[in-house]
Amino acid sequence: MDIPTDTPPTPAPVQDDRPTPAEQKRAARGATRPGDRIFLGLSRGSGIALLAIMAAVAAFLAYRTSVALADNTGNFFTTFEWDPAGISSDGKPVFGIAVLVFGTIVSSIIALVIAVPVAVGIALFISHYAPRQLAAPIAYVIDLLAAVPSIVYGLWGAIVVAPNLTGLYSWLDDYFGWTGIFEYQGGAPRSLMTVGILLAIMILPIITNVSREVFLQVPKFNEEAALALGATRWEVIRMAVLPFGRSGIISASMLGLGRALGETIAVATVLSPSFVINASVLDYGGGTFAQNIASKFSEADEYGRDALIASGLVLFIITLLVNGAARLIIARRKEYSGANA
Amino acid sequence: MKLQRKNRRALTLGALAVSGALALTACGSDDTGDNGDGGKKSNAASNIDCNGAKGQLMASGSSAQKNAIDAWVAQYRSACKDVQLNYKPDGSGAGITAFLQGQTAFAGSDSALKPEEIEKSKKVCKSSQAIDLPMVGGPIAVGYNVPGVDSLVLDAKTLADIFNNKIKTWDDKAIEKLNPDAKLPGTKIQAFHRSDESGTTDNFTKYLKGAAPDAWPHEPGKSWEAKGGQSAQGSSGVAQQVKQTAGAISYMELSYAKEGIKTVDLKTGAKEPVKATVDNASKAIAESKTVGEGKDLALELNYKPTAEGAYPITLVTYEIVCEKGNKADTLAATKSFLTYIAGQDGQALLKDEGYAPIPAEINTKVRDTIKALS
Repeated sequence: MDIPTDTPPTPAPVQDDRPTPAEQKRAARGATRPGDRIFLGLSRGSGIALLAIMAAVAAFLAYRTSVALADNTGNFFTTFEWDPAGISSDGKPVFGIAVLVFGTIVSSIIALVIAVPVAVGIALFISHYAPRQLAAPIAYVIDLLAAVPSIVYGLWGAIVVAPNLTGLYSWLDDYFGWTGIFEYQGGAPRSLMTVGILLAIMILPIITNVSREVFLQVPKFNEEAALALGATRWEVIRMAVLPFGRSGIISASMLGLGRALGETIAVATVLSPSFVINASVLDYGGGTFAQNIASKFSEADEYGRDALIASGLVLFIITLLVNGAARLIIARRKEYSGANA
Repeated sequence: MKLQRKNRRALTLGALAVSGALALTACGSDDTGDNGDGGKKSNAASNIDCNGAKGQLMASGSSAQKNAIDAWVAQYRSACKDVQLNYKPDGSGAGITAFLQGQTAFAGSDSALKPEEIEKSKKVCKSSQAIDLPMVGGPIAVGYNVPGVDSLVLDAKTLADIFNNKIKTWDDKAIEKLNPDAKLPGTKIQAFHRSDESGTTDNFTKYLKGAAPDAWPHEPGKSWEAKGGQSAQGSSGVAQQVKQTAGAISYMELSYAKEGIKTVDLKTGAKEPVKATVDNASKAIAESKTVGEGKDLALELNYKPTAEGAYPITLVTYEIVCEKGNKADTLAATKSFLTYIAGQDGQALLKDEGYAPIPAEINTKVRDTIKALS
């Protein structure tokens, strides 16, 4: 079976020293060593894990919510009641989040209204007014405020702050009672206003810190130019610092708002909750999502827990919307704020 | 981000503080009184029959009976070293859920099982069912803070009207009639209830509904169904409010009513008003009847007792086990522990902890039932 072959021996492949396109790409990225590959894998994995966790939380909330809502005989969005065990209605579950939406948003807004001006003031003082020896300790104390656990704020609020607010509330009632918002009918001052005041103290550090960082990044040229034009210090701040820092202040406020919306144990300790909506923020009653979950979870049966989880989903969505809105505002402001100068 | 690097120390501090707070809240709920089990370790331990039990015994539920269980466990552990008993006071609802899922050997609960829960229990009890064993009693005191008034007598109807916001001031005629000698001020009544769901609320509203059905139209339950009124979190929370608010009134387990909180004497069907004490609670429990079917010993309290010194606002906590079909590996330990706590020594320990022992007649049935568990 010896067949002669005429075909010439195949030529040895030409050694080509030039890198293939793929290799070029890799070289450009500079990621060929094992350390680089491992780090790439780790960081990519972390990113994917974050998304997976968020998706898992959302899926869990959505599933349990659907279980709860299927049997709810009240209107989930308008019912002023929380009775998933159906105690007052022959075992038919009745619950709704109207009171919780109202309480959560109102207390957070009160907190922002109080905290933002104070925080911006502190940040400006630290970054532009205070002598260096004073600025560092103040900044440190502010950091420390952030480290106090919320149960401590709650206890302090319930034992010290709330009992001493009676005077302030009576004063507000005397002068602003006619608005309806500041009517005070007596009783222990454990209202949404009290919660707002406490939340304001709790979110002060985060707003102050972020604002301070932004104010410190204002280009020296801008400030010096304003000074050269004969501006006073306040005018420098108004013309150079605040416009530059505006988007920073907004994102700082949104971070603070995020904390205020989700604050749990401090609110549960200070508020006197009940399922009513008062026109006046000084009257006891109302409730927030996180407080309601904390108060009801341990004694709730399985269905009661599903109902609480349904309210948790709403808080989850509200927080997402708030963060989205903050990003939109920042993105729109960026172009003329000088932040990218 | 520059900010993050600068604040790393603060963040670490924050993380530490947060984990610290978690640890604190994890073990800090409902710590009533002092559980002085250090001194009296040896007296009863010798009578405990370990039944050859070994291994881990998991249980969870009512936080109202936590101090009783703690005292029992301290005794039991010194006698039966081979059993590691772990009771988590997560709340009655959580305890029943864990039991029905088969995670625990028994559950503690402030209220008897509901019919649908008994139905569900047939799965974990292998076609038998779960039963309630009344084990710990306790008076629920009505604490008040009215400057200048050192003793106060109220009856069920007046209490219901106060908590329903019908009686608004302390010098109301209904209160004056019951307290002809007291100097009642004209201050507003600040009625506080629990903002969290609680067996205390459940039993207090059951009393109001049972003793004054006309004045209390709301359904009893773990959450407060009446409208209006102020609220606070936990027994310690309402106690705190009563302490610091002039004109306040609220209900709480007896052990919380101390340090400046005075308690209401209850006008019942008896001649004399009844004080909220451990002994008086036991007397009232003795007047209750069992309503559970078969081996189930769920109690229905008599809210209008006529016996002298029976204080009817009481709370009975149950241990919940399977009648038959308990898990084989924990059955011996469960029986041994329950036998001890239902026995003479176990029940005698209750008074020191501020609880009321279960009266003899009911207690005998409990012991017989425990003997028959399988």
